[in-house]
Amino acid sequence: MKFLPRKTLIAAATAAVVAGGIAPAQAVDLVFVSWGGAYTASQQKAYHDPFMAANPGIKIINDDSAANGIAKIRAMNETGNVTWALVDAVASAAITLCDEGLIEVIDHDKMLAPAPDGTPASKDFGDLIVSECFIPQIVYSTTFGYRKDLVKTPPTSIADVFDLKKIPGKRSLEKAPIGNLEWALLAEGVPVGDVYDILSEKAGVDRALAKLDTIKDQVVWWTKGAQTPQLLADGEVVIGSTYNGRLFSVIEEEKQPIAMMWDWQVFDLDGWVIPKGAPHRAEVMKYLRFATDTQRLADQAKFISYGPARKSSAPMVGKHASLGIEMGPHMPTAPANAKNTLLFNYEWWADHRDELDEVFNAWLAK
Amino acid sequence: MAAATTSDGALTTADGIPLKASLARAERRNRNRALLLVTPLFAFILVFFLMPIFDMLTRSVDNTVVGSVLVRSVPVLSQWDDSSGELPSEAVFKAMVLDIQDGRETRTIGKVGTRMNYEKSGMTSLFRKSGRRAKQIKEAPYKEALIKLDKKWGDINTWRLLKRESDAQTLTHYLASIDMRFNDSGEVVRQPEEKQIYINLFIRTLKLSALITVLCLVLGYPISYLLATLPVRTSNLLMILVLLPFWTSLLVRTTAWIALLQKQGVINDFLVGVGLIGDDGRLAMIHNAIGTVVAMVHILLPFMVLPLYSVMKTIPPSYVRAARSMGATPWTAFWRVYVPNTVSGIGAGGILVFIIAIGYYITPALVGGVSGTLISNFIAQHISVTLNWGLAAALGSVLLALVLALYILYDKIVGIDNMKMG
Repeated sequence: MKFLPRKTLIAAATAAVVAGGIAPAQAVDLVFVSWGGAYTASQQKAYHDPFMAANPGIKIINDDSAANGIAKIRAMNETGNVTWALVDAVASAAITLCDEGLIEVIDHDKMLAPAPDGTPASKDFGDLIVSECFIPQIVYSTTFGYRKDLVKTPPTSIADVFDLKKIPGKRSLEKAPIGNLEWALLAEGVPVGDVYDILSEKAGVDRALAKLDTIKDQVVWWTKGAQTPQLLADGEVVIGSTYNGRLFSVIEEEKQPIAMMWDWQVFDLDGWVIPKGAPHRAEVMKYLRFATDTQRLADQAKFISYGPARKSSAPMVGKHASLGIEMGPHMPTAPANAKNTLLFNYEWWADHRDELDEVFNAWLAK
Repeated sequence: MAAATTSDGALTTADGIPLKASLARAERRNRNRALLLVTPLFAFILVFFLMPIFDMLTRSVDNTVVGSVLVRSVPVLSQWDDSSGELPSEAVFKAMVLDIQDGRETRTIGKVGTRMNYEKSGMTSLFRKSGRRAKQIKEAPYKEALIKLDKKWGDINTWRLLKRESDAQTLTHYLASIDMRFNDSGEVVRQPEEKQIYINLFIRTLKLSALITVLCLVLGYPISYLLATLPVRTSNLLMILVLLPFWTSLLVRTTAWIALLQKQGVINDFLVGVGLIGDDGRLAMIHNAIGTVVAMVHILLPFMVLPLYSVMKTIPPSYVRAARSMGATPWTAFWRVYVPNTVSGIGAGGILVFIIAIGYYITPALVGGVSGTLISNFIAQHISVTLNWGLAAALGSVLLALVLALYILYDKIVGIDNMKMG
């Protein structure tokens, strides 16, 4: 280095600085956080790729750490170093983050595209906008898959999950009170409108846990969505709950002898949130307007069996991109599947989750 | 070095500086250089070890969120006598309304709700709902207006809770981590039975970690002995067999155990195949404590074998031969001569395995089911799911205190100087 004349060095350094300074202004890197696997792939194909093709200056980088998303958003907020531009979060997480002021408030009508017929975005998404900071993307459901070859009589209702005579053998349920308590009461025949009123009383929680007690020693508890499909494929359990998209792929893509049982599937939502202080606001807004319009949401259903969150997208859902099967009947929102459905009462769970987590874990350990 | 003698008789170096001073300077320079060399290590320990621990300890008692959001109400509330049996005064209600209105503007009021909900269910929605509607309250009487908005504001226990949790520090996280709580009148009581979790979990974590350590020792001792005594060619091969799993991804090894141990897995299939158990009697060896113990013993075994091996390697074979030649039985020679020489290795391996096991997280999460989950799984849950970082920090601090206590105990009984890593 010392043989180079000083002037050359300075010139080279200046050139490097100038290049470094201009390059990012031309090419913007946006870090989007999502769940990885087939889900991120579906977003890549339906949203990211067409968006990047139309905006050559913008590059979207996928970060698959949504599972730790809320903790990391809070940590980034504390250190004041927010690097994530957009984060995929489930509805309950969005509500918590919004409460804590960690994500941006969204003006849905102003920021998002209207439906093709001109219906404003807030109407098109309707009551799926469960938080003012949340842009719904998909409706997914937690529902049951069972081994066709290992059960004598196929289960038809949630009560069958709790019926060890009709369906003997192990079953898998999520290791959390949310969902399971509701199912326990529904299996007892409680009308769906009364479920949360009953659970608000201690006696109601005891009643639900007593119902779960009847199958407790036959339950394998899962913590990750991939576990139930694996347990079913291995024959470890004969029936188990998980996200419907996971079951779709194990049934249709991996051709396992598994079938769906949709009775009292629990709807949940997944969507975008913008961390407070996130970089590249303008580019992100441009992306959101594009990627959450009617056509794009319908496109995502070509790659994964989750229902688009816009009402106007439903009629546009077509065939699976590689399997060529009609996706409509595999949507949790399809009329044949959605005879009995439950949407979480998010407000109620925000109040009771802390306490019931404790009660549930103590019950598990008993 | 050329030394000369000055007129007063003291030794000097060639350039006339007294030898003593010169030596001292050289030594100082060496010391500084040595210090410089370890500075990166010190900095590393400070930044990545001591500061996080300090942060954890402060977080476990931190409660600044309430006072920083409810800036007006907290000072006036502290003057309210919570044993009077009466609701706080109009001034407190007014301060609260203004705080909620401001907190709604700055979007911080939800934090108070989340924080209070750890103490009592329903507080999240109380603050969320009040935040949404408080702007309708424009003038006195604030008391009636706020109670009309939500009747929980008329419950004296809501205010007691707020007063109790308005200090900048709180003990509730520590109480929660040992299954205690404050009751409505502020006394420390045990959690009701249906909410007791953590003490049992701490005990289970210690028990399983101890069991894993003992099993590692029982399995690792003969392997180490073989490694140390076999001819180099064979022992090298054996060493690779020990290290190979060490280099394999943790997740792969854990998943492999699932394939082996599950009901439809290799071991059960084999046992059914040879007729030892019936098809209905397949053993439950995974998603319970057995799964955790088996998988963790496998994963932690190298941490026992390596220190043991390095100690055994230094024990001359002549010791045992000498004992035998003096008439000791093989057992006596082993027990009285060989084993005492390996104590430092046992100590090192034991402590290593135990301390790693006590904080283990991913393996119990995957194969532990219900009876095989450890305290670290709950810490992780509170960090990344429930966002109750205060409780997570308190649980972590209790775990740290337990480990330190056991370490001191070990030092008292065996002596830490005896430990030898290699």
